[in-house]
Amino acid sequence: MDSVRYDRTGSGPRIPLALKILIAGGFGAGKTTLVSALSEVRPLQTEEVLTGAGIGTDDLSGVEAKSTTTVAMDFGRITINDDLQVYLFGTPGQDRFWFLWDELAFGALGAVVLADTRRLADCFPSIDYFEQRGVPFVVGVNCFDGARKFSLESVRQALDLDPDVPLVLCDARDRQSGKEVLIALVEHVARQRGEPVPAA
Amino acid sequence: MRAESPGPQHEWLDDDAGPVVRPYTLTGGRVRSAADGFDLVAYVLAEAAVDPAVHPELHPEHRRLVALAARPVPVAELAADLDLAVGVVRVLLGDLLARGLVAVHQPTAAAYLPDDDILKAVVSGLRAL
Repeated sequence: MDSVRYDRTGSGPRIPLALKILIAGGFGAGKTTLVSALSEVRPLQTEEVLTGAGIGTDDLSGVEAKSTTTVAMDFGRITINDDLQVYLFGTPGQDRFWFLWDELAFGALGAVVLADTRRLADCFPSIDYFEQRGVPFVVGVNCFDGARKFSLESVRQALDLDPDVPLVLCDARDRQSGKEVLIALVEHVARQRGEPVPAA
Repeated sequence: MRAESPGPQHEWLDDDAGPVVRPYTLTGGRVRSAADGFDLVAYVLAEAAVDPAVHPELHPEHRRLVALAARPVPVAELAADLDLAVGVVRVLLGDLLARGLVAVHQPTAAAYLPDDDILKAVVSGLRAL
């Protein structure tokens, strides 16, 4: 890995390279679960404070104009080595927080869209978002207990996914399964660059 | 400008300003800072040569940020560690930046567009977990 470039600050500590991966999907699709399963640190949450102004929602009707709400964003960390860390950010579920997605998506390596086959349509907005912004993504079909079993092909058709977008089955509670989804994403990113990642 | 200084002086807030957002009372109502543009994964690193004790106007939260940033820590992780909103942490970081107590390192081009070597390192690192 000696060819990997890292930012250095003179004689001070080395600044690691941080890669950002987004975990998206509809409410209840398992975003928090997946971030928790993969993170090496206790599940962390960070919040962004929103002022009432500029939020197009009826949720705040009857509340004072300057009232606020907070949006919790799950995040987790995976240390690859001393110089390389992967940060996972669970995206806020509700549509009215789309503007936060722009900050999250900026500079992101890619995204995992979690799909719940019981509510497949819930992940359409996430897929639309990443398609429109050219953010590479994979779709993880979270296999909930008792979830109806669909063939991957029927899910792909229902989601109208481009043929090159990876679609994988996963169990968001399982670290190994979550790892496979992230690997599928990174390999997809590499393929999009025309640089296949060989098996390690 | 009064709004530039951290501290408990809130007298410029009048009725028109509306209720103060609780998390932002810590910032004296300030919601914008020099650190506004900093990425969630920008790394903050305390300047070892500067002692925050020479700035008695700083809040305990400022000092905790400096202490946490003894090693490079991303903005989002600082917010989680302090249990504060990211926006609040950015304001506090702006105060620390202005006093030369921390340096903030924005993600490099390598983070936004990692090359093949980095992607390979991520895949093998994930496989080894």
